[in-house]
Amino acid sequence: MTKNLRVKSSEYIDETNRISFKFNGKTYHGFKGDTLASALLANDVHLVGRSFKYHRPRGIMTSGSEEPNAIVQVNPGTNRTEPNVRATEVEIYEGLEASSQNCWPSVEFDIGGINNFLSPFFPAGFYYKTFMWPASFWEKYEFFIRHSAGLGKSPTTTDPDIYDHRNVHCDVLVVGAGISGIMAAKNAAKNNFKTLLVEEKNELGGSTIYENNEFNKIDNKAPSEWLKKEIEELKNIKNLEIKTRTSVAAYHQYNYLLARENLTDHLEAKDKTNKIRQRLLKIRAKKVILAAGALERPLIFNNNDRPGIMLSSAIKKYSEFYGVACGSKNVFFTNNDSAYESAISLYNKGINVEAIIDIREQSESKIVKKVKEAGIKIYWSHSIVDTTGYKRLNSISIMKLSNDGTSVTGSKISISCDCLGVAGGWTPAVHLYTQSGSKLKFDEEKKVFLPNQNTSEQISVGSCGGDFKIDEIIKNLNQKLKDTLNINETDLDSIKVEIDQENSKRNIWLLPSDKPIGKTKPFVDYQNDATAKDIKLALREGFKSIEHVKRYTTTGMGTDQGKLGNMHALGIIADTAGVKMGELGTTTFRPPYTPLTFGTIVGRNVGKFFDIFRRTPMNDWHVENKAKFENVGQWKRAWYYPINGETMHQAVQRESKAARESAGILDASTLGKIDIQGSDASEFLNRVYTNAWSKLAIGKCRYGLMLNEDGMVYDDGVTTRLGENHYIMTTTTGGAANVLGKLEDYLQTEWPELDVYLTSVTDHYATASLCGPNSKKILKKIIPDLDLSDENFPHMSFKESKIGNIQCRIMRISFTGEHSYEINVQASYGKDLWEKCIEAGKEFNITPYGTETMHLLRAEKGFIIVGQDTDGTMTPIDLQMDWIVSKKKYDFIGKRSLYRSDTMREDRKQLVGLLTDDPNIVLEEGAQIVSELNQSPVEMLGHVTSSYFSPNLKKSIALAVVRGGKDMMGKKLFVPMENKNINVTVANPVFYDEKNERLNA
Amino acid sequence: MFLINCPYCGERDQQEFKAGGEAHIERPKQPTELSDDEWAEYLFMRKNIKGVQFERWNHAHGCRKWFNMVRDTSNDEIKAIYKMGEKPPAQ
Ligand SMILES: [Zn+2]
Repeated sequence: MTKNLRVKSSEYIDETNRISFKFNGKTYHGFKGDTLASALLANDVHLVGRSFKYHRPRGIMTSGSEEPNAIVQVNPGTNRTEPNVRATEVEIYEGLEASSQNCWPSVEFDIGGINNFLSPFFPAGFYYKTFMWPASFWEKYEFFIRHSAGLGKSPTTTDPDIYDHRNVHCDVLVVGAGISGIMAAKNAAKNNFKTLLVEEKNELGGSTIYENNEFNKIDNKAPSEWLKKEIEELKNIKNLEIKTRTSVAAYHQYNYLLARENLTDHLEAKDKTNKIRQRLLKIRAKKVILAAGALERPLIFNNNDRPGIMLSSAIKKYSEFYGVACGSKNVFFTNNDSAYESAISLYNKGINVEAIIDIREQSESKIVKKVKEAGIKIYWSHSIVDTTGYKRLNSISIMKLSNDGTSVTGSKISISCDCLGVAGGWTPAVHLYTQSGSKLKFDEEKKVFLPNQNTSEQISVGSCGGDFKIDEIIKNLNQKLKDTLNINETDLDSIKVEIDQENSKRNIWLLPSDKPIGKTKPFVDYQNDATAKDIKLALREGFKSIEHVKRYTTTGMGTDQGKLGNMHALGIIADTAGVKMGELGTTTFRPPYTPLTFGTIVGRNVGKFFDIFRRTPMNDWHVENKAKFENVGQWKRAWYYPINGETMHQAVQRESKAARESAGILDASTLGKIDIQGSDASEFLNRVYTNAWSKLAIGKCRYGLMLNEDGMVYDDGVTTRLGENHYIMTTTTGGAANVLGKLEDYLQTEWPELDVYLTSVTDHYATASLCGPNSKKILKKIIPDLDLSDENFPHMSFKESKIGNIQCRIMRISFTGEHSYEINVQASYGKDLWEKCIEAGKEFNITPYGTETMHLLRAEKGFIIVGQDTDGTMTPIDLQMDWIVSKKKYDFIGKRSLYRSDTMREDRKQLVGLLTDDPNIVLEEGAQIVSELNQSPVEMLGHVTSSYFSPNLKKSIALAVVRGGKDMMGKKLFVPMENKNINVTVANPVFYDEKNERLNA
Repeated sequence: MFLINCPYCGERDQQEFKAGGEAHIERPKQPTELSDDEWAEYLFMRKNIKGVQFERWNHAHGCRKWFNMVRDTSNDEIKAIYKMGEKPPAQ
């Protein structure tokens, strides 16, 4: 029988709505409004996980997103399972299941706990020091680490949920709906600013909504009562949108923020279906008001991590907001007045508070007096030196602190307790502020880093701006709002605040124990098990930069990003190294503030929307005719067309033979097409291509090679002169966009005097490439009126004609070495053109072929493919294409680089043909080429770039780049493979029809 | 994510733009007259400043126009934007 620690009815908990859920396989009950953490605490469950390195039992520590310990796997084993979820943020619903993450085989019996006893062997940098060598052992270590680390399990089945992205624009974004955020949003909206208020919790009001310190009053009301009225009024304000369950994950420059809106995580499974689970809001705000609040700090003392040790503020929230007592024998340990408020909260509900241990010498505030009057024992100038209790705290021992706070004296007092609330002061939540690029400054008096130098239009208000008391908050908020919104009056002008003034503080980053530090475990980072001892060790070993200490000790590197312990780590480093915290600075806070699911990040870009793709106008025909497709850039191109169960090899052999023996047809619509017009178009082409263009006659086509300014081949293609000042350029499929960009760059920035206009027309035309000895007969059938004689329509020329009523442009050009035509029609007629060609070609057994056959046919001819046979390090000379480089032109892009000493070296890698001595062996593309087999290390001369079995030559052929290959014609080389060495001979890269007789066949 | 004020289109999200490296490096008018070292200086040498830097940007997914930007690389503040051919603002 578990204890029921529900102490009073809370207005935020619906006790009529009882909910059952499972934790670690056991069924518990909670109420609507509970988080998993509050419901577990109500059932007296504190032990929820094990620590990362030592596997120490750990309990719920906080009530919010800063939780380091209560990290659970939600709905394990289902397709909605999610690891690394903070129990403090999970709203319970009927049927919820959760399990502890970092433990095996169970949280109660954890085999990794042995590490706790071995801890002297696990100092800072242990993983770095131990697992570095021998290198061959890494696999074993990795297995061990991964198995015992247990950082949750990712789902193994498809996520059933829908995720969404939305762009949001607003005048004012307010982050956080505590008292400051609510008042900021209200006043911004009232002054006609389009305002968005986001809050990570499901309720508005922050901590003030349950603030019942009787000594604090706003307009003579309890702060909680006053704020409820303000929240009620928000409903009637125009221009204001409020989003709860929405946490800002990232704050980038220029007020661009990413927030995750949680829409269904709190619903039962049946209500989640077909709804958007989470939405990523991409927010552009003119002004940002950060009201992110502050996080309470723990205190760093020996064995400060046992289940039952919690933040004092969390105990107060569980009591006031959820109506849950976290323990039946409570003790507080503090350096300021906050713990007294928590103690009074428990006292008022009849929950036993045994004592308050205060490291200060005294405090005279009203709340302290109230605690004294309540008869709660206060130990001034005392510190906790040790705690006991393995799976649950059962006692603490305290001793008197020395005046300088570095040691303890006197006799040890032991106090029995099952819950300890620690209050180490408040750290402003400046994470988002610094993500935006803004800079912090250390405030020596408040011992916190505060916003200092803003880089965008933003303000930090409330406790994240360093104001912790309600009077300060209201006063400074009022002034900041007036300044940033440029308004003269606000609702805050007339507010009267009374507060319990006194709030002295004594700051000691690391509290002493009666034992030497080497024998203690004062945890700084709970999730990563980094102790103060580890930090001191890192400093002793010579680490100085806080970024290095962080990585060496792993402090702040868990999923909680060290939200609780980072300040202590800095304080301990500063104290130990004898420097000021302000000089030390902070480590970098990086997005996301809290973890995001992959679903939220990708949104709707899943499945077929994962990446955009482009299809040609003939695509449906390819699909109907069972083509296999390959991705070329964003294009889906027909790869080959298998029939009767052919393999790819069989299909390609058949297609290649057909194209040379009778007729083939290729969908070439994906080639980039750029329309070039203007009185300087010829001059422009002269400057961007390596060869000469001024004398190209109208109606003629020319192949061009384009270089980068460094002399390396960039793109190639055929350009046709359509008119005096009009050309159409084709580019490679993959290079189209980049070529256009590069040409525009030169036109706009280097040669603005040229009268040239570029337009991408790739999508405007569909292109069918008809090739083979019967291509002429087929074209004749489609366009009977066109004179196709070599005299009227020779190779490398262009005709404008009509197929029926369809206007078409025909280029007689060839990428296969066969007599061919590229027929271009307006894209919407593409499929019609294709089908007409197929129909007309039937009697010639016209064979559609895909990219693989195209590659094979051009390789037989030794034609390069930019990007396959070149890799950005090949000049035209390296490609043995000297013929296309004009000697006469004074300049073109890349020309000067062809005369650099390096590009003129004789021993550069050069394109050659390779023939295998055994004609049946096809080399692997990418295979290395050597001249010596018994050399060590062997000198690698180059690699195979293209390789095929040629059905027309009945032998294997390959193109390769080989160092000094130009002068190696006929030389024997080797291609060493895993199991054999293949003998090859360097050959002319033109394997087929060297005299180009087939072009006019 | 910067908000970039294209001189032709106005303020747009950074994802519409492409950065194009250091600005005000003019292509030599007579490359063949240059020594290997002089050509290499034009071709390869670029500044990488922590602080105020002059850069080329292209509104690639918009008007396709190139323009210049003065940006402080230490905090990504865009200090000025001006068209190609215009004089850089005095520092
Ligand atoms: Zn633009």
